[in-house]
Amino acid sequence: MRIAILVTAGAALASASCAPFVASAAGGKSPPAVTQGQPPAGATGAAPAAPVVAAATRDTLSVDRPQYASTYQRRPSPPVLIRNATVLTATGVEIEHGSVLLVDGKIAAVGADVLAPPGATVVDATGKFVTPGIIDTHSHLGVYAAPATQAESDGNEMTNPNTAQVWAEHSFWPQDPQLPLAQAGGVTTIQVLPGSGNLIGGRSVTLHLVPARTVQEMKFPAAPYGLKMACGENPKRVYGSRNTFPSTRMGNMAGYRSAFIGAERYRRRWDQWLTNRQGDPPERDLQLETLADVLRGRILVQNHCYRADEMAQMMDLAREFGFHIRSFHHAVEAYKIADLLAREQVAVSLWADWWGFKMEAFDGIQQNAALVTQGGARAVIHSDSESGIQRLNHEAAKAMWAGRRAGISVSRDQALRWITANPAWVIGLNSLIGTLEAGKNADVVVWSGDPFSVYSRAEQVYINGALVYDRSNPATWWRTDFELGNVPAPGRDR
Amino acid sequence: MIAIILAQTIAITGGTVFPVSGPRIEYGTVLIRDGVIAAVGTNVAVPNGAQRIDARGKIVTPGLINAFTQLGLTEVDLAPGTVESSVRSDVAAAFNVAEGINPASTLIPVTRIEGITSALVAPVDSFIAGQSVFIDLTDGPIEQLVVKSPVAMHVTLDEAAKRAGGGSRAGVAERLRRILRDAQAYGQRRSDYERRQMRDLAAPAADLEALQSVLAGRIPLVVTAHRVSDMRTALRIAREFNLRLVLAGAAEGWQIADEIARANVPVLVEPLANIPSFNALGARYENPARLAAAGVKVALVAGAGPGGTAHNARIVKQEAGNAVAYGMDWDAALRAVTLGPAEILGVADRYGSLEPGRVANVVVWSGDPLEFSTAVEHVIIRGREIPLTSRQSELLERYRTLPPRY
Repeated sequence: MRIAILVTAGAALASASCAPFVASAAGGKSPPAVTQGQPPAGATGAAPAAPVVAAATRDTLSVDRPQYASTYQRRPSPPVLIRNATVLTATGVEIEHGSVLLVDGKIAAVGADVLAPPGATVVDATGKFVTPGIIDTHSHLGVYAAPATQAESDGNEMTNPNTAQVWAEHSFWPQDPQLPLAQAGGVTTIQVLPGSGNLIGGRSVTLHLVPARTVQEMKFPAAPYGLKMACGENPKRVYGSRNTFPSTRMGNMAGYRSAFIGAERYRRRWDQWLTNRQGDPPERDLQLETLADVLRGRILVQNHCYRADEMAQMMDLAREFGFHIRSFHHAVEAYKIADLLAREQVAVSLWADWWGFKMEAFDGIQQNAALVTQGGARAVIHSDSESGIQRLNHEAAKAMWAGRRAGISVSRDQALRWITANPAWVIGLNSLIGTLEAGKNADVVVWSGDPFSVYSRAEQVYINGALVYDRSNPATWWRTDFELGNVPAPGRDR
Repeated sequence: MIAIILAQTIAITGGTVFPVSGPRIEYGTVLIRDGVIAAVGTNVAVPNGAQRIDARGKIVTPGLINAFTQLGLTEVDLAPGTVESSVRSDVAAAFNVAEGINPASTLIPVTRIEGITSALVAPVDSFIAGQSVFIDLTDGPIEQLVVKSPVAMHVTLDEAAKRAGGGSRAGVAERLRRILRDAQAYGQRRSDYERRQMRDLAAPAADLEALQSVLAGRIPLVVTAHRVSDMRTALRIAREFNLRLVLAGAAEGWQIADEIARANVPVLVEPLANIPSFNALGARYENPARLAAAGVKVALVAGAGPGGTAHNARIVKQEAGNAVAYGMDWDAALRAVTLGPAEILGVADRYGSLEPGRVANVVVWSGDPLEFSTAVEHVIIRGREIPLTSRQSELLERYRTLPPRY
């Protein structure tokens, strides 16, 4: 079977990318990240998920065995050709009357003239818009699940200011009824983070937004882990109110530094042992294991930090210990230090307009993302909200128009990158998702109109080439177990 | 209570005018004199010396009203010294928020430059939270901001109030009835009360006194309720005491929209509230559209994210746009952030529409007021044009180029 595909815009796609940085997932100088499919530091191969521990591995060390590996399987789908749409690629190119072809989970072609292979489902998207799937760098879905009773409050292990040993995936509840709402908003990938009550909150997990029985079935196999860290008011309030350490910002800084001093020692011991594997291995310490992988550049630091001066402190901390902060989160004062962020290549994950709910958020302005972008740093619009995640396109629209009205030039493609290509970089997956380009994962959204209009809604959502949400057919919508018998079924309630 | 400031004469000419109380007017003129609207139409003579605002290609509407906020009652939510929206008492009927309002709050300019010119400022957190006031987002002392006080009495019947009922919703409902009955008794036997010839009453005299205007139907009882059963409790109690009920929240309202419409009860509803909780498992985006379609009078309010009722009270436009995206008629949505809330709050004789004699709260928009791409071009409050600046615009100018010059 010959598939005739004319990719007329392909060359333009490759050359027209005007992203502020073209960087590899690991930032060039770092070793490969420890991914959600792999054993931790020291293991020799990228071990696939073993359904049963084989006899031969019974005597191996736990560190050499799979660690909660992804069991995600893409949903099989015939090829899909979405055509006649306004295609917003998030690479600097927009194509009128364009097509996107999805084959075997990947984008096979993007362009003005793409022919449907035999057996393909053809979607006429006349008058509609197509974008990459939306990516949220900052979600607590599943760890602060609805219905939000104490029983679902699993996001903040506030029993010690350093809980680097906890993993968000071990709290994640795949039956959170908020998950389908986010998917219906065009979100295809989320980074789920522990909360911000601690200096070091624990590991994040990056998930495909698909129905599943287990978190492993949602885990994005190639995704590196993130480490949640938090500056400022939250940790000092949580622990200070108990008259324990830390109760000040200087206490916060001392807390991070002590933790990483311990991690330096731990990393050295393990790296030595791993080179020759002589004698007993060092004792395994989950907290230090995660921090050591930050020092090795294998885990990406995701740092909740509001104030400009504190972000500068954190960049100095990273310099002291030789790691890189991948993204500041919330960063309501990022616009005050756009130049520093650009120089250090630290991204910022922002809200469009939240402000004032606490002192460190008092200086929030609607032009934050536009000013950061103008300053050459990488901006992301994130949600940190079960409500906002459903409309990240609207949040990006607000930030775009606020910038434009202030005379800051922000293209629609740039605003789209705030919720697609840039978050893909923040979670270390920019080689796989975040743009509409041949070879990328087929995570695609068809919108009823310009996604930056308040009246537009996601009509179809594809993940790895499979249609996972179709607004026109409520009977197929993802309903979590919790919703059955509790929440009236959409479309069957009139 | 409006202090009339002698303001200039302003003529907004050539725009597409949405009076809300009547059909749209193409190439219309809105003439403003002495703080009120003097004329609206296509044949309006513009007096000499009037300030002209050319609104050709623009949209002119009444200033938007956000019918549930804590504007002026909070500066920074986590700095308790700046928060005035509640008192520590289950029953706070006598608590009127007016004197807690800080007219110098930075939130007021931040909100009004987005085209929101008036707001209900309401107490929160208690079972009987107290009395709200209606304000214009103008400058001056509290007396000048406040248009009407009190506007309504606020009560919560959802999960948040259970403590006040001993831990059960049934206890909450019964306690409300007891207080209302005692307020009736108090109202009939004040002199007995003064002579201590009454049994102990369910609330202090000041609270029972404050409830008289609710019992007399002079002000509505705004009840926060989301679950169908909670809304029905509110409807039941309102029937028993013949109260003017307004439902706030009403997240599951769409499920009993006909019932709410038949009871002639208006709702203050947040379009983007769709997260299921045991307080409202049926919350969904279509709620305002379904309520409006059933004939319920609707005011749209904001809430998504923190500060939706204060710092981000401005997103009521976005909420209304989403209500349209999920089925509400556009004109109905505009009405639900202008004349609708004015009617519900009892100020429609002065607010919410562009008609001669109405207070001149007027906004000129570059386009559709509910759309993100639209800029607010002119904001007029009580006939005075408001500068489009705020603390946030000052921060923007300071950091527009780096490093800043301090």
